[in-house]
Amino acid sequence: MKHPTEEQLMAYREGETQRREEISAHLKECGECRNELERIEAVLKALEEFPVPDPGENYERQVWQRLAPKLPEKRARWWQMWLEPRRLATAGALLAVVVAAFIAGRFSKPGGPAPVTATQEQVREHILVVAVGEHLGKSEMVLVELSNAEAQDGKQKRVNIGAEQRRAGDLLEENRLYRQTALQQGDTGLASVLDELERVLVDVAHSPENVTPAQLESIQKRIESRGILFKVRVVGKELQQRQDEMKAAPVQSGQQAGERNKT
Amino acid sequence: MNESVESLRQSDAMAVERVLAGDRDAYRALVERHSRNVHRLAYRLTGNSHDTEDVVQEAFLRAYQKLGQFEARSNFGTWVYRIAANYAIDRMRQRQKEDARREPPDAREDGSEQDPVALVRDPAPSPERLMQSTQLRRQMERALQELSDAERTAFVMRHWEGCGIEDIAAVLKSNPSATKNTVFRAVQKLRRALEPFLDARAQTKVMGSEV
Repeated sequence: MKHPTEEQLMAYREGETQRREEISAHLKECGECRNELERIEAVLKALEEFPVPDPGENYERQVWQRLAPKLPEKRARWWQMWLEPRRLATAGALLAVVVAAFIAGRFSKPGGPAPVTATQEQVREHILVVAVGEHLGKSEMVLVELSNAEAQDGKQKRVNIGAEQRRAGDLLEENRLYRQTALQQGDTGLASVLDELERVLVDVAHSPENVTPAQLESIQKRIESRGILFKVRVVGKELQQRQDEMKAAPVQSGQQAGERNKT
Repeated sequence: MNESVESLRQSDAMAVERVLAGDRDAYRALVERHSRNVHRLAYRLTGNSHDTEDVVQEAFLRAYQKLGQFEARSNFGTWVYRIAANYAIDRMRQRQKEDARREPPDAREDGSEQDPVALVRDPAPSPERLMQSTQLRRQMERALQELSDAERTAFVMRHWEGCGIEDIAAVLKSNPSATKNTVFRAVQKLRRALEPFLDARAQTKVMGSEV
């Protein structure tokens, strides 16, 4: 064949299949074209050395911290929250309990006190009580750790709260789900506490990883001023009691939420 | 496909679903996973740190706003790349207009902010090596600046970032065949501009090794 053109050689280098075998055979024979291909290669290799400044170790976090305040909240339908893969397990558990309760209802003695609709409400509440109880326990731990965090000695300029921050970030997404579910259940008392907790978790999750003692103190004051730790403990205990009551009497009408909303 | 790349894509797809389900903080994983790559692309396209940061922020903001329109949910990385490249082209055009309006001071003479060589870690660069790197970088900058916006974008995306022709064509609002041609023209121009310099450098090396 004739010598391939520059364009054909570049296309060959790119792995194009057109006339590939023909060009390959030609290159074996023709030193001139091999040399031409090597020169193209040399320019592209030299260009690879073009430096890009290193944006720094914490670059990813910095990008997020600048971006997060600009992002509007996206509204989602409640059922979409439950379709999210991580939550499918919880949804599956919920479904299993509903099915079990339905079957139990079918085989219970006639004239029994628990119609299926009441049982379903009970089951939903049960899931909420167990899951939220656990969530509040975890949140309490993060808040207690942050409240007790301090510079190791007077000279330390920065305190690393990265671990607490990551946990707060994880808890934040769970919190949103539970708050919405509580609202749908009409449990406004619980939804209100979760709403307050969410604000504190947002504060923590969006703080810098390494804070000055003054910044840490400001976070601690925000936790303290909202009295959130106290509220979380009270609601956590209350949920624990409800859970114990549910274990003792598995089928009852769900009056508790209404009672708490009144208080 | 590489297994880790595939699992990364699946993880991206899950994060996208969660954001669309109203979980704004799930977007953090996507930002943290792709911001370094978008930074590199943006710097290569704009050539300066200020515009780079602007492109990175705007690309992730636009991606978030348009997430509902995103259909190929398994490849968020490519998608945000496209958005970044599009915005970088707009930004470069805007910058050219601004520069045309006022005479810019030649910041490259002192090389302080715009000298990426100084920012790249090199434990003990010899004066010769530093000089050669600086000269090479200047030659490259000049050659890249002489490319049209489309040529520079096509070259950066194809040869530095390894993007597919279809993706580049989408950014350039062109067809694959014309895009291939644009990539070729860019390499050809860069070759004409850099080859004499590389030949001279190769000759210096040979002479140096003979001594």
